[in-house]
Amino acid sequence: MGKVLMKGNEAISEAAIRAGCLNYFAYPITPQNEVAEYLSKRLPEVGGVFLQGESEVAVSYMLFGASACGARVLTTSSSPGISLMSEGLSYMTAAQCPVVLINIMRCGPGLGGILPAQGDYFQATKGGGHGDYHLLVMAPASVQEAVEMVMQAFILAEKYRNPVMLLGDGLIGQMMEPVEFPEDYIVPPVNKDAWATSGMGTRKSRTRNLVKTLYLDPVELNNHNLLLKSKYDRMKREDVRFENYNTDTDYSALIVSYGTMSRVCITAIDNLKAEGLEVGMLRPQTLFPFPEKGVHAAAAKKSCKVVISVEMSMGQMVEDVDRSVKGQRPVEWYGKCGGEVPTPEEIMDVVRAKLKQSS
Amino acid sequence: MGKTYKKPEALSDNYTHYCPGCTHGTIHRLIAEVIDELGIRDRTVGIAPVGCAVLAYNYFTFDFQEAAHGRAPAMATGIKRVRPDLMVFTYQGDGDLASIGLSEIIHAANRGEKFTTVFVNNAVYGMTGGQMAPTTMPDQRTTTSPYGRKVEDAGMPIRIAELLATLATPSYISRHTVIRPKYITKAKRAIKQAFTYQLEGRCFSLVEIVSTCPTNWGMTPSEALDWTEDKLLAYYKLGEYKTPE
Repeated sequence: MGKVLMKGNEAISEAAIRAGCLNYFAYPITPQNEVAEYLSKRLPEVGGVFLQGESEVAVSYMLFGASACGARVLTTSSSPGISLMSEGLSYMTAAQCPVVLINIMRCGPGLGGILPAQGDYFQATKGGGHGDYHLLVMAPASVQEAVEMVMQAFILAEKYRNPVMLLGDGLIGQMMEPVEFPEDYIVPPVNKDAWATSGMGTRKSRTRNLVKTLYLDPVELNNHNLLLKSKYDRMKREDVRFENYNTDTDYSALIVSYGTMSRVCITAIDNLKAEGLEVGMLRPQTLFPFPEKGVHAAAAKKSCKVVISVEMSMGQMVEDVDRSVKGQRPVEWYGKCGGEVPTPEEIMDVVRAKLKQSS
Repeated sequence: MGKTYKKPEALSDNYTHYCPGCTHGTIHRLIAEVIDELGIRDRTVGIAPVGCAVLAYNYFTFDFQEAAHGRAPAMATGIKRVRPDLMVFTYQGDGDLASIGLSEIIHAANRGEKFTTVFVNNAVYGMTGGQMAPTTMPDQRTTTSPYGRKVEDAGMPIRIAELLATLATPSYISRHTVIRPKYITKAKRAIKQAFTYQLEGRCFSLVEIVSTCPTNWGMTPSEALDWTEDKLLAYYKLGEYKTPE
C-alpha cells in the first residue's frame, strides 16, 4: 500500500486497527469525532467492538474492564473528556492495565474552545487523576508520526502494563496529510495469563487472577507504589524519544517545542537561518518520560545563550525544560493558549528579543 | 454416608469482615452455590464495588476485578463486549449503584448488556460509616440525616427494581431478601435464574436483595431483621418486576 491522503483522526483510527486493536469505547467530543465516526463503520467490518458509552467516566471503566480481562483497547477524546476519564486513569494505572488513549487537545480551561491547544501538558504528564502515577505520553507532530505512534503505543502499553496517551492537538486531528501505513507491522503476542481476568478455564494453572487497586496495609501499598515507580524509571531509561533540528550548527538559541507547534518553529528556524541566525530545536516525542538529558546536553552547547520553550499553553512544558537545563542558561517561555497557533514571524521576533535580553 | 451440605467450591475459606447480623455472607454463599451448580466457575468474572463488599473478592475463588465507586456496570460492559463467553456479574451496594453509579446502571441496563447485577440494598452507606443513601427511608436517622431523612430535602427513597423495570430492554428484574430462611430459597432461585438468562445470552438481569446494617442502624442483629421486615419490605416490595417475554 502506497501513500494515501487522510485526515489525522481517520488515520489514527485505521492505525489502531492495523496494530491489532479491535476494541474501541468512546464518547463524542470535538475536535476528534471523526475517530468514532470512522471506527463505527470500520470495526464491524473487521469483527471488532465499537461502543459509544454514556459518558467519558463510563468509557474509562469500559476500557478498564476490557483491558483487565486481556483485550487490546483504545479510546479517543479531547481535553474536557480526558478530565472525566482521569479517575479511571488513576485506577487503570494502579491496576497496571495496558490501554491506549488519544487526547486531541482543544483549548481550556473549562469548556474553553474547540481550537487546537497544548494546555493539557500538566494533566497528561503529571497525573490528572489522584495518587502517584504516570502515563507514558507520546506527542506526534504529523499525521504520519501519529499513525506510527498509535501502533507503537499498544506495544509500549503492554510492555509496561500501563496506560499510554497520545497527546495530539486539534490540528493533528483535523489536518489532511499523505500517510503510509507500515505493511509488516506485527504486534508481538504478550502472555497475559499471569494477571488478566480472562476466566480461570483459559489458564493452564487454573489459579484465579485478581485485578485490584485497594491496599489497606500501608507497607503493601508503599511497595506497590515502588513497583509502579520502578516502571516509570524504566521508561526513563528505555523509552525517552526526541528529535533534534539544526543542532549540528553553532546555534545561539535553543527552542524546545513539540507537536504542531514544533512545525511552526521549524519554519521560523529556517527563516532565521536565511537571515544568518542559527537556532537549534529539540522536539520531545515523549513528554513523559521527558528528554531531560537531551535538553540538558543541547543547552550545554557553548554557543547557546538562551533556551526558549515554545508552547500552545501558558508555560507548562517550560517547567520541565527549566529543570532539565539546570541553570546552565536562561530559560524563557513563549506561547499562546486561546486556540491561535503562533506564527513563524512571531517566533522569529521572540527569538531575536530573547537573545537580545540574554546578551 | 456422604456429606449433604458443604461449602461451595466457589467460596473461599476466608473469614469475612462483615458485621454480625449483616446478610452479605448469606448472599455471597448463594452466589457461590449458583456458580457451582451451573458449573461456570472457570469462566466467571466478578466485579466488586466500593463499600462494604469491596473485599468480596477475598471470599470467592474465581477471577475478580475491583471497580471504583459506581462504575462496576461500565467495567462489566467492557468485559462482556470483548469477551462475550465470560459469565460476568457485578455485586453492588445501594450508595454505589443508586447514587454515584446510577447513570452507569441505567445505561448498561438500557443497552441490554449481557451481565448480571446483584444489588444489595440496606438503606444506608455502610462502609463509610452510616451516612444517608438514596435508599434511606423517610425519617430514618443516619450520620448525615441526624434528624431523620426529610423528604422535602432529600426526596423519597429510590426504588431501583421498579425504576429499571420501566426500561424496555432488560430481561429480568426482581427483588428479594435473605433475612429469614423462608426468603432465602426464593432469593437463590432468582440469582440462579438471572445467571441462567445470562448463560442463554439474554440481556441484562438484576436481583435486588434487601439487606441489613445493624451496626449503622444502631440495632441488634435481631432488631435489624425485624426492622427490615416491618419497614423496608413495606416500601421495597419483594417480587419479580420484569421477566423475559
